[in-house]
This record gives sequence, structure tokens and C-alpha cells, in this order.
Amino acid sequence: MRRILKRYWDILRRPSVHLSLGFLTIGAFVMGILFWGGFNTIMEATNTEKFCTGCHEMRDNVFAELQNTIHYSNRSGVRAICSDCHVPHEWTAKIARKMAASKEVWGKLFGTIDTREKFEAHRLQLANNEWRRLKANNSLECRNCHQFDSMDFTKQSKRAVDAHSTQLARGEKTCIDCHKGIAHTLPDMAGVK
Amino acid sequence: MKTTIAALLLALPLLASAADFYDKMRGNVPLDQTTAPPPIVNPDNSDVRRSRNYAMQPPVVPHKIEGYQLDRNANRCMMCHARTRTQESQAPMISVTHFMDRDGNFLAELSPRRYFCLQCHVPQANLNPLVSNQFRDVDTMLNQAQPAQGASAPARKK
Repeated sequence: MRRILKRYWDILRRPSVHLSLGFLTIGAFVMGILFWGGFNTIMEATNTEKFCTGCHEMRDNVFAELQNTIHYSNRSGVRAICSDCHVPHEWTAKIARKMAASKEVWGKLFGTIDTREKFEAHRLQLANNEWRRLKANNSLECRNCHQFDSMDFTKQSKRAVDAHSTQLARGEKTCIDCHKGIAHTLPDMAGVK
Repeated sequence: MKTTIAALLLALPLLASAADFYDKMRGNVPLDQTTAPPPIVNPDNSDVRRSRNYAMQPPVVPHKIEGYQLDRNANRCMMCHARTRTQESQAPMISVTHFMDRDGNFLAELSPRRYFCLQCHVPQANLNPLVSNQFRDVDTMLNQAQPAQGASAPARKK
């Protein structure tokens, strides 16, 4: 084992005999672009609505629920797709989330929620994952579109102003504290504060 | 004679249904057809409490409730109107009757028979009533009543 490793290490250390330095540097540069572009293209592809609803688990449960809500159909035609709320936009956080999603691939392979009953049994746990994430990042995905600074309190209803101008403004509460269940059906809320 | 009456009786509904059919809610659309639904109206969202028309009337909802979930899992109304939530939300608490079961025993929280808020409490919209009514509340009636002879009725306070 050690000998094999040493052999490859020696090959890597040896200067190239036949290939020019120019070929190696420019070639590495071009390959870098291709790999990086390809990597990002594939990652973006996993961010599309088509990809997310490709599995019946998403299409028949959470996506069906989303369609009745304001984030899917509304008067002005602006639509938030799955990744707008469930995947961070910033690169580092996005990669972290994408790596965490390997758990979801595992779930898909082993059918953790492949029936309606199993999904309902996991609903609270799944919702808790998202609530915890949004609570921890101060509802970052909400704020990608809903900027506090852009809110016109004179155009909000009295109740909305009462909540937004006090607890939200002071940072005591974040969007998800009150706006649970706006995009998907709530799980059994007994015991949820 | 008999045949004439029979013919008239048979023809009567036909005559009536052909042109005269009109219903406040259906318009001219016959009963066997589906009416075009009117556009959805914006409900009152002013958060101003309305006075009740009689003492036992369930208060109406002065705000939007569109998309509120009310099922076995969650009751969106109770997220503000429950006893434990009212300090934070400043919403009126559900009345004490809502804690009672049908034998009058007080429960720890909302009685299951009161769970579905919209059975009694409904949002309001500014519309012309389709069916007119002449309801007047009891104060109006009492103020209108003529005082009995001799004994004058005491003036009612508003």
C-alpha cells in the first residue's frame, strides 16, 4: 500500500517530459472553467422547480399545498419556487445546504416518506427542520425578497403594522416566528410554541 | 272542460319558466344551469370591532382570514385568540363559553365543539344584501315603543 502511494507521488513530483508548460497551464485553465461551469450548471439544475417536483414525494405533498398559497398564485404574477425559500442564495451557505441535502437523497433511496402516511408522520419533523433553519439565519430566505426597509407601514393593515413596527423592528422576532405555514400545510401544532 | 284545465295546468310551469324566471341570487339563469360566479370581493380588514346586533350574536371577524388553516392539525385563529396568546397579539380572547363542554363544565382550553370558528364567526365585506331584511335591534324597538298610558317609561340610556 505504502509502495503504491509512493509510486504515484513520484509520478506527480516528476516534471512533465512531453507536454509543454504552456499546454499544461492553459489546458488546466480551460479545464478549470469547464469543470467549474459544469459543476455550477448542475447545481443550478438541482435548484429548479422541475427538479424538485420530479419526485412524487414533493410533487404530491408539499408542491400541491404550495399551489393554493399566495407564493404560487397571486394577482401580480410573482412566484417563489422551492429553492427561493429552501436554498440559501449566498454561495457558501448554498454549498452547505446542498451537502446537507445528501440526507434527502438517502431518504429518497430508502423511501422515508414515499407514502402519504409516512409523509404525514414526518411532517412535524420536516417542518421543524425548516423552522429551525429560518430562525437561525433570521429568516434570510424571506428577506431575499421581503426587505424590512422597503416595507411601507402606511399600506399595511393595523395588525401587520403593530407586529412589524415593534417586535420585528427591534429584532426580537423574525418572520418565521409568526408566518409559519404560509406556504405549506401546518403539522399537528399541539405543543408547538 | 276537464281537458282544458289539465292542459292549462300542464302549460303553466312552461309559461312561467320561459321568460319570467328571476332570482335575486341567480339572476335570470335557470335552475338547471350554473351561474357565473361574481368576482371575489375584498373583505373588511380594518380591525375595527363592530357592535353586535343582539347580545348573543357571535362577533364578526373584522380582518382577512384568507388562507387561514383550520383543520385537525392547526387552528390559525387560536394562534392569536387563545387565552395564552392574547397579551402578545392584543386580540380579544375567545369567550368563556368556548371553554365549556355541553354539560357546562369548564375545560382547560377550547372545547372541541367550538373548534371550528367559522361556523359562527364570519368575515365581512361591503356588499348590497341579496335578500333584504328589516331587522332592528332591541334598543331601537324599545325606543320606538309608545309609553303606556299614565306610567311613562323611563328614558333608555344608549
